[in-house]
Amino acid sequence: MAIPTSTPPDTAPGIGAERQRRRTLLHRLDVRGAPYAFVAPFFIVFAAFSFYPLIYTSWISLHRVELSTLNLMEWVGFDNYTALWDDDRFWNALLNTFTIGVLSTVPQLLMALGLAHLLNYRLRGSTFFRVAALTPYATSVGAAALVFTMLFERDFGMINWVLSLFGVDNIDWENNKWAAQTAISSIVIWRWTGYNALLYLAAMQAIPRDRYEAAAIDGASRWQQFLKVTVPGIRSTIVFTIVLSTIGATQLFGEPLIFGQGPNGITGGADNQYQTLGLLLYEEGWKNYQMGRAATVAWAMFLLLILVFVVQRIVQRITTRRA
Amino acid sequence: MTTDSIPVQATDARPKTARKTSKAAPSGARRRQLFRHPGAGRQHHAGPVAYILLGLAALVSLFPLYWTMVAASTDNTRVTQTPPPFLPGPHLLENLGKAWQDAALGKAMLNSLIVAGAIALSTVLFATLAGFAFAKLRFKGRNILLMLVIGTMMVPPQLGVVPLFMMMTELGWGQKLPAVIFPTLVSAVGVFFMRQYLSEALPDELVEAGRVDGAHSLRIFWSIVLPIARPPMAVLFMITFVHAWNDFFWPFIVLDMTNPTVPVALTQLSAGYVRDQSLIMAGALLGTLPLLALFVVFGRQIVGGIMQGAVKG
Repeated sequence: MAIPTSTPPDTAPGIGAERQRRRTLLHRLDVRGAPYAFVAPFFIVFAAFSFYPLIYTSWISLHRVELSTLNLMEWVGFDNYTALWDDDRFWNALLNTFTIGVLSTVPQLLMALGLAHLLNYRLRGSTFFRVAALTPYATSVGAAALVFTMLFERDFGMINWVLSLFGVDNIDWENNKWAAQTAISSIVIWRWTGYNALLYLAAMQAIPRDRYEAAAIDGASRWQQFLKVTVPGIRSTIVFTIVLSTIGATQLFGEPLIFGQGPNGITGGADNQYQTLGLLLYEEGWKNYQMGRAATVAWAMFLLLILVFVVQRIVQRITTRRA
Repeated sequence: MTTDSIPVQATDARPKTARKTSKAAPSGARRRQLFRHPGAGRQHHAGPVAYILLGLAALVSLFPLYWTMVAASTDNTRVTQTPPPFLPGPHLLENLGKAWQDAALGKAMLNSLIVAGAIALSTVLFATLAGFAFAKLRFKGRNILLMLVIGTMMVPPQLGVVPLFMMMTELGWGQKLPAVIFPTLVSAVGVFFMRQYLSEALPDELVEAGRVDGAHSLRIFWSIVLPIARPPMAVLFMITFVHAWNDFFWPFIVLDMTNPTVPVALTQLSAGYVRDQSLIMAGALLGTLPLLALFVVFGRQIVGGIMQGAVKG
């Protein structure tokens, strides 16, 4: 009884104040909470579809799971890992991933550097050259690999025809191991060189001009200027592209798959001559139906990436100390 | 004097490189200023050698696509002869039509359009929201969270495919488009890109003025941030669209031939079901055409976006 009688006189003049208070509360809540709400979607999606699967991969790799019965997980400890360690296909795939990675990344980045240098000149039609360099990037792996498979065809392919003009016998680009790896690398190089060149070009354009002038005054030739001014000036971008290309190289999948034209694609050729870790992962999981084994390959790839980055950091530290 | 100038240059250079590494991509506004400023970074006019080399580079870039069109316009007998054809033949439309049917490209195109469109839209929306928060709003843990965003770029999502596949099967999304769309709804690089742009292009005073007028954060986002962020949003949209359209590994695993995206459908052409080489090339051409069209119209903007750091690794 006391409450209703005491409240009416309190609320009647207090309505405005109450509203005011609620408004400031809402305002406070908005200022405090909105930023978190704005960044939340990113973290929620990342956690659900990238981070959690990555961690869960390690758990699955300790089990025997078959594709047809995904709910049944049988604990096997490190059996998958020891099996993988004893599996020749794993070492073969690891080596192939490494060699194709080197064959595709090193020439790609060097050529990108040269291309960026050329694009950095004062040019007529610079937009055309830039867009042309980037066009392969618009071509999907699927289409690019199909076209290159045909260009590298043994009997009627364009590349063997051109080589024959120079007296080179037809090369069996699919079955010869190194030829196949070269061909696959060339698809990667074709698609990504222009893209990397544009990243370098952007960095080159941010180099202050007076550094070149100072170098010129010191009598540095153009080549010396390139080595002493341009390359150090875009260092962080070079590191960035190395990281990106390394990640791309360890995941290589579409190019060898399609280059192998279906049945031979998943195994990376009849003798696994160009099977990468990505293909091995797929073969174990979706051809041999062993999801636990596939998870083991994935986790091995992840560890490999970490190893590569640790090595890269060490090398970087040593070279910067020397410089 | 000259020997003195070198160390001065070197110490001069240091803060600039330090700034470069901490902010990997200088904002769009500043970059564009650099582009416009004649001769910033550009030293010499290109000589004939440079033009020849650039012409060669353009040739190598474009020739495979040209030849795809040539091969798609001839027939199987002509493609498999040496020397290979260099000029277009008469069968282009016929082959395109056949390839369209054989590889079920109609459905694949529609699927790719839905997938790439949805991913690009949501990436742009969430990247702008988060980029705005990171650039202009103050909150606890902002720097740590931003570092986390950058750190996630180092995690290749492909490595989680096994659990992701199990998850999608459980959800009943196997062979369905949401399985491809949901994992890529956001992009760390997109967030970073928008943050870089907004922290330079959006004046603090505008946000403050909105607050004084009593606008809540979403309102400020809607009426102040979005109009300013439109150009980089368009660039991010196009680049994300290209990536999503071309994405292969995960769609290949989770979709099948009854409901593929374009790159997945194209594998059918390589798998030996289609024996006719010119048809295979016609399919490859069809699968590439939408993006080529995008490049013809917006190539300049896409180039600009990539150079400003709208990279989606």
